[in-house]
Amino acid sequence: MSFEPVIEKSPKVSDEIKKTTCYMCACRCGINVHIRDNKIRYIEGNKDHPINKGVLCAKGSAGIMQHYSPARLKSPMKRIGPRGSGKFEPITWDKALSIATDWLEPIRNKDPKKLAFFTGRDQSQALTGWWAQQFGTPNFAAHGGFCSVNMAAGGIYTIGGAFWEFGAPDWNLTEMFVLFGVAEDHDSNPIKIGLGKLKGRGKRVVSVNPVQTGYAAISDDWYGITPGTDGLLILSLIRELFLSNKIDVNYLRRYTNSPWLVIQNPGKNNDGLFLRDQSGQPQVIDRLSGKIVSHSKKGISPEMSGKIKLDTGGFAIPVFKIMYDTYINSTYSPENISSKVGISSNRIRKFAADLADAAFSREVVINQPWTDWKGEKHKKMIGRPVSMHAMRGISAHSNGFQTCRALHVLQLILGSIEVPGGWRFKPPYPKPPEAHPKPSGKPNQVQPGKPLTGPPLGYVLSPEDLIINEDGSPQRIDKAYSWDAPMSAHGLMHMVISNAVAGDPYHIDVLFMYMANMAWNSSMNTRGVMEMLTEKDGDTGEYKIPKIIYSDAYSSEMVAYADLILPDTTYLERHDAISLLDRPICEADAVADAIRWPVLKPDRDVRGFQSVLLDLGARLKLPGMVNDDGSAKYKDYADYIINHERKPGIGPLAGFRGNGDKSGRGEPNPGQIESYMSNGAFWHKEIPEEARYFKMANMEYQKFAVDIGIFDKPEPYTFQIYSEPLQKFQLAALGHGNIQPPENMRDRIKSSFTPLPIWYEPFEGKAVLEDEYPIHALTQRPMAMYHSWGSQNPWLRQIHGQNPMYIPISLAMKHNLSDGDWIWVTSHHGKIRVPILTMAGLNKKTIWTWNAIGKRKGAWQLDEDAPEAKKGFLLNHLIKELLPAKGDGQRWSNSDPITGQAAWFDLKVKIEKANINEPHESYPQFPPLPREYGTIQDPPKKLRYGIEWTKQNKAHNKSDNS
Amino acid sequence: MHPAWSIIFFTTLSGLGFGFSTWVVFGFIEIRNIFQLIITAGFTFCLIGSGLLSSTLHLGHPERAWRALSQWRSSWLSREGILSVLVLTALTYWFLYTFRYGELPLLINITLMTMILFTVYATAMIYASLKTVTCWNQFLTPVCYLMFAISGGMLAITWLMSIFGQLITSSTFQILLILILLTWAFKIKWWWNLDHSQSESNLATATGLGKFGKVRSLMPPHTSENYLQKEMGFVVARKHAIKLRVISLTLGGIIPFATILIGTSSSLLLGIILFIHLAGVFVERWLFFAEAKHIVSLYYGDKTSV
Amino acid sequence: MTSLPDPSAIKLGLVIDLDICVGCQACVVNCKEWNTSGYGAPLSDENPYSSNPNGAWLNRVHAYEEFNSEKVKTVHFPKSCLHCEDAPCVTVCPTGASYKRAEDGIVLVNEDWCIGCGLCAWSCPYGAREMDPVENVMKKCTLCVDRIYNDNIPEEDRVPACVRTCPTSARHFGDLGDPNSKVSKLVAERGGYDLLPEQQTKPVNKYLPPQSSCESNEDQFSLLEMAESNSPKGFWEWMDNTLERLG
Ligand SMILES: Nc1nc2c(c(=O)[nH]1)N[C@H]1C(S)=C(S)[C@@H](COP(=O)(O)OP(=O)(O)OC[C@H]3O[C@@H](n4cnc5c(=O)[nH]c(N)nc54)[C@H](O)[C@@H]3O)O[C@H]1N2
Ligand SMILES: Nc1nc2c(c(=O)[nH]1)N[C@H]1C(S)=C(S)[C@@H](COP(=O)(O)OP(=O)(O)OC[C@H]3O[C@@H](n4cnc5c(=O)[nH]c(N)nc54)[C@H](O)[C@@H]3O)O[C@H]1N2
Ligand code: SF4
Ligand code: SF4
Ligand code: SF4
Ligand code: SF4
Ligand code: SF4
Ligand SMILES: [Mo]
Repeated sequence: MSFEPVIEKSPKVSDEIKKTTCYMCACRCGINVHIRDNKIRYIEGNKDHPINKGVLCAKGSAGIMQHYSPARLKSPMKRIGPRGSGKFEPITWDKALSIATDWLEPIRNKDPKKLAFFTGRDQSQALTGWWAQQFGTPNFAAHGGFCSVNMAAGGIYTIGGAFWEFGAPDWNLTEMFVLFGVAEDHDSNPIKIGLGKLKGRGKRVVSVNPVQTGYAAISDDWYGITPGTDGLLILSLIRELFLSNKIDVNYLRRYTNSPWLVIQNPGKNNDGLFLRDQSGQPQVIDRLSGKIVSHSKKGISPEMSGKIKLDTGGFAIPVFKIMYDTYINSTYSPENISSKVGISSNRIRKFAADLADAAFSREVVINQPWTDWKGEKHKKMIGRPVSMHAMRGISAHSNGFQTCRALHVLQLILGSIEVPGGWRFKPPYPKPPEAHPKPSGKPNQVQPGKPLTGPPLGYVLSPEDLIINEDGSPQRIDKAYSWDAPMSAHGLMHMVISNAVAGDPYHIDVLFMYMANMAWNSSMNTRGVMEMLTEKDGDTGEYKIPKIIYSDAYSSEMVAYADLILPDTTYLERHDAISLLDRPICEADAVADAIRWPVLKPDRDVRGFQSVLLDLGARLKLPGMVNDDGSAKYKDYADYIINHERKPGIGPLAGFRGNGDKSGRGEPNPGQIESYMSNGAFWHKEIPEEARYFKMANMEYQKFAVDIGIFDKPEPYTFQIYSEPLQKFQLAALGHGNIQPPENMRDRIKSSFTPLPIWYEPFEGKAVLEDEYPIHALTQRPMAMYHSWGSQNPWLRQIHGQNPMYIPISLAMKHNLSDGDWIWVTSHHGKIRVPILTMAGLNKKTIWTWNAIGKRKGAWQLDEDAPEAKKGFLLNHLIKELLPAKGDGQRWSNSDPITGQAAWFDLKVKIEKANINEPHESYPQFPPLPREYGTIQDPPKKLRYGIEWTKQNKAHNKSDNS
Repeated sequence: MHPAWSIIFFTTLSGLGFGFSTWVVFGFIEIRNIFQLIITAGFTFCLIGSGLLSSTLHLGHPERAWRALSQWRSSWLSREGILSVLVLTALTYWFLYTFRYGELPLLINITLMTMILFTVYATAMIYASLKTVTCWNQFLTPVCYLMFAISGGMLAITWLMSIFGQLITSSTFQILLILILLTWAFKIKWWWNLDHSQSESNLATATGLGKFGKVRSLMPPHTSENYLQKEMGFVVARKHAIKLRVISLTLGGIIPFATILIGTSSSLLLGIILFIHLAGVFVERWLFFAEAKHIVSLYYGDKTSV
Repeated sequence: MTSLPDPSAIKLGLVIDLDICVGCQACVVNCKEWNTSGYGAPLSDENPYSSNPNGAWLNRVHAYEEFNSEKVKTVHFPKSCLHCEDAPCVTVCPTGASYKRAEDGIVLVNEDWCIGCGLCAWSCPYGAREMDPVENVMKKCTLCVDRIYNDNIPEEDRVPACVRTCPTSARHFGDLGDPNSKVSKLVAERGGYDLLPEQQTKPVNKYLPPQSSCESNEDQFSLLEMAESNSPKGFWEWMDNTLERLG
């Protein structure tokens, strides 16, 4: 006998559901925020939303705790103690903005580049970049340079797009999905939804990753590769596919530059460039006529091999031939690379065979006629159902750009890009580098009191586009687009502070940062950066970086190092635009964009940063931000989102333009934001059926893209296996042209700027002795934590409150270690003491930990004895922003030589057991930050979230019926 | 398992109280005056009562403790509660009646003794019935509980007899010696079982994995310690356990046994022995919890059997 | 003599697909989020911003490694109440606060009756019950009984919070008493199994095994011997050497 109380099976959930966009990470899922009594009752995924289709991750589900975090900043603040002490006084917004104006106005009128404006985990680069442009400083970038610019640039230069926001696997049709170096990525929920689909369909999932966790754990094949060697593995796979003739020659011929003729004229300034006609069109040999014709000519069938003699000297041969000769080389044979990559030659062969099997034995055909850019008609869409996704595992190495390119080449030889079952672009991609702007900010483009002629970030195509001085020295503070990192695309966030303090290339006056925890987890050499931020000039006694303005929403480690704090709202309190001009939320089958809007009112004196930036811009009288009478043009960010036009008819949001009935192009619509709000905070327009595949060559898609405002004219695109821009830099290094690298950089450019992807040893590994530092050390993103900003979240910090170093069991054996022991990990740059756990599913030369769990004492409103501070740790103390000195006086950045991507994962270390008498506390430790600065409230000792509602729910219960 | 002080107090003190009262009902002690009645009854009720009271201390909602009497059909805790109440009521009547009117019929005494011992049994069965704690889930668990109650009770009653100046026959001492010996023999066997028993459950059965090899725990679900780890995950290390077993055996068994063997009827000495014995049982009870492994610890990566 | 109702015809429960679970913890946090303002007292947290943060959760995700000298497979492993048919947590409860619903087999705690004795948690082999550190009542998965029948929620959302939120669809909800239900068929097709069958609790929830032939980890090392001679001690040591504290 048991008593069953009557329970309330239909308790009230909420008063109202407000639909907006999550920002517990950059994935940008749609959320339904249930509001009850003006508080958040529950956050769930929005089922209609294109990104997450109703699901919600751990972080998103912890939004309540983030929104009500006691670490929220409560008002603008001005530093009163020494920098780094965390002593501030609250000030009014008016005061804060006038201080900022006073600091910035003279700079703009004298030398705008003395302002460095760098933004972090930002999703509004269309605005921030435009603001920098209007201010007139070239020194603008977002965090992409330390994040994953190798992936982005490698992709743009090769296929006109990359992974994540650029494209996605054809989840419904793919037969084999390969992940390279992905732990979670930005595409958190979509990848998981996709993996679920694949598993449901019984398709093969393969993971190449030194660590077998997360996505790798559910893969059917796991290749536990040695870090930094993916390029080798990929080239070996390419070799195997070539040798077994498992390549899609037709695809290569049609959609890639494989048949394009390359001039072979060693020692001359046209060596390695494409053979072009008068109009600049690349040339091919037509198989049918045997003639040299423009590749864009209709009805031809280009030759893939052969050689022609040129009147102008030398020969020309198709890219394909060069590619074939390069890659069938036995350097790339599985046997030769096996020990380097840590995978047996048999398994490498099996990998290649699996790829071939999926691509060629399981062809996917859609009976959908389509017309290509030349006007040739195709009856069906034929696809090779192999799809891939890659991220920082291959990107965050100093050979990452070429590795990313190699991966795209692998996709291309399988004929698997933008085809049914393959990997597909999301609009506005494919978008080749030529369709992007070139970076602006050359010395003559930077004028006192004037805006730049174009956006500070863009894609260079040749040495002429570099942002350098007459003498070849860098013009930008981060040395982006200089010979240090010619094709940097996203800037070098990780070098700004270090360079500004070293005065290399020069000093700056104001560092303006937004949403980047640079004094902690987003810096290399964290201790060094904290010192740099507080370093003073011996003569003047002034800080080396005289003024720092920073916008954060929470009391992060970085807040203590700023002079002026502009507190942001939480993501539920402000407007945001996730724009087609920026990083939209499109799908392969649809264009889409989204907004955030204030679903709750701030309860403290904070303002959305974008609104503040526009206000500041108006006070500085920046063009485009003021009316003719000098008054502010935009009331706030929402006003800007609605009314700003980049080009006539094109604004931040593509949906509900005109009278609410126009998509893409159309006049500003005052009711636009309301339309978004009632549509679930997003807008979504499907791509016509015949335009859904082969977008780079599909005329229907190109027309659609023009209609929607993505392009002004069709931009059909041929994939660039052979990269001419790289060859142009190569030629410069070989001594051709007016713009040439300095002497000491020539070798490095020669060896890395190859027009076909290659592999070379990562720099740090090459600079240190293998015997001394034999182990690779990595971080991974924990799925349930977002960088540093999740630690203030009491739910998430119970899941990840401290981080162990995972080490392979064999290494543990060697060092006589078992779970719970503490070890010292040493790199060429520093030492940390950390606790370990052992692991079997791990590359035998690799150790790893979760990223950004370690916290500085006192930050984030956590107690000083919080495990995050006492036991948690950062790997960043071991990673230096510079390579070991070579004795040439040059400060060589620890970055990819092509893009400047921070080489986080090149780290080499050694380990030893900590003495048993040493404290079980992570090392290094830093003086605690004062907890009181500017935050909203004292943290409670106990949390009983929702207590009032559980009581109300109960009131409905007739609980005792016995 | 987490050794909660209140539960250790409860089981030791109430065990002693119940054991003692069994001997009282058996007629071991002669209650000659009101004074001795108050002492004997007081001793009984204090032991049982403080045990019961302390057991409510670890409850999240002691104010609802009365509800615990409702599920006698399935719950040993409920049964124990009900029996305790019954026993306490019966004992009250027993004391009053026998003092006033003299002895009760044997059958009634036997029934009462059975009830008392059954209460101890019920206490033990709370633990012994848990399949999830292999070392508790054995026949010897209630046997040990009963033996500790009976032998401890006997020691207590001997002590009280000496205070009351009653004659303690040598056969009383012999019974006591035998009981102590037996108690510890059972307990040692219980420990032996604990050390040698192999649970059918292991991480492979807990997870259903292990089709092609070993299963090991890789990551805890949360890095912060949770209720389960605190409550079920507490296991004292073997090396400490052995030390503590020796201490417990020495205090609870060897010292009382040796002293009584040498022969004493001094009430002071008997009192001291009783106290030392109690301390030993206390350690034994602490170990009973602290050494016990809950099957849940498998999920948290404990490799040894439960 | 038992306090369990006769086995119900409807046996609502979860089927968890270990082949798909990536260990993302979405179900864990969404469960907390839904339930902290839902059925019963809030799922409270102690020391939320200091050392030893400690809260009540109804669902937790472990990770295990299965390995031999050649292969290794990481398995993420979610675990919540399995709504056992022979639920020892119900019979052991002295107050009758723990009960199994006759109608659908959901095992619940009537928090108004619960005295917080903890016995039910002791009797559960799966660690599916947690005492709320602030409210001092026993907490456990309710199978979202306040969602699955809730008229205030759109019909397609009347599934447990953890099921609705799981990004990989590794969690399925349904009637395991009905052999024709989607979940029963999944179990049949995929060889769904019980955890700790020897405990004879007859769990309703089922687990679907990882499917893939496991990953070869060849030429690494002989894991088996190493693991054995090394015998790693597990997390508690790592998480603060409890034993050392005891001396
Ligand atoms: N060792 C190691 N280090 C790494 C990496 C690695 O893999 N290994 N990865 C690198 C990469 S790729 C990245 S992107 C960086 C990320 O590093 P960061 O960009 O520093 O990321 P976070 O720490 O998440 O957040 C930055 C700041 O944004 C603030 N913030 C949060 N929400 C808001 C808001 O709404 N408004 C405002 N204004 N501020 C807000 C937070 O409080 C925090 O101070 O880390 C890098 N660091
Ligand atoms: N939950 C959560 N999601 C996030 C973030 C977060 O902090 N938390 N951060 C966001 C940000 S800023 C970024 S940049 C993305 C990054 O997304 P990911 O690229 O998925 O992030 P990482 O964790 O840096 O992953 C790197 C992966 O590559 C592997 N790896 C390292 N070196 C190599 C190698 O040489 N070869 C191969 N094949 N693999 C290697 C690592 O083991 C790891 O699994 O995630 C975003 N999403
Ligand atoms: S992945 Fe998670 S945290 Fe990121 S936007 Fe989506 S729900 Fe929010
Ligand atoms: S939400 Fe799904 S994939 Fe994530 S941990 Fe839970 S069951 Fe696994
Ligand atoms: S899993 Fe545990 S709590 Fe749930 S019914 Fe079974 S025994 Fe009870
Ligand atoms: S803790 Fe509550 S539900 Fe559990 S056994 Fe005790 S009274 Fe019953
Ligand atoms: S069914 Fe509901 S209560 Fe149970 S684990 Fe899932 S979300 Fe939590
Ligand atoms: Mo990043």
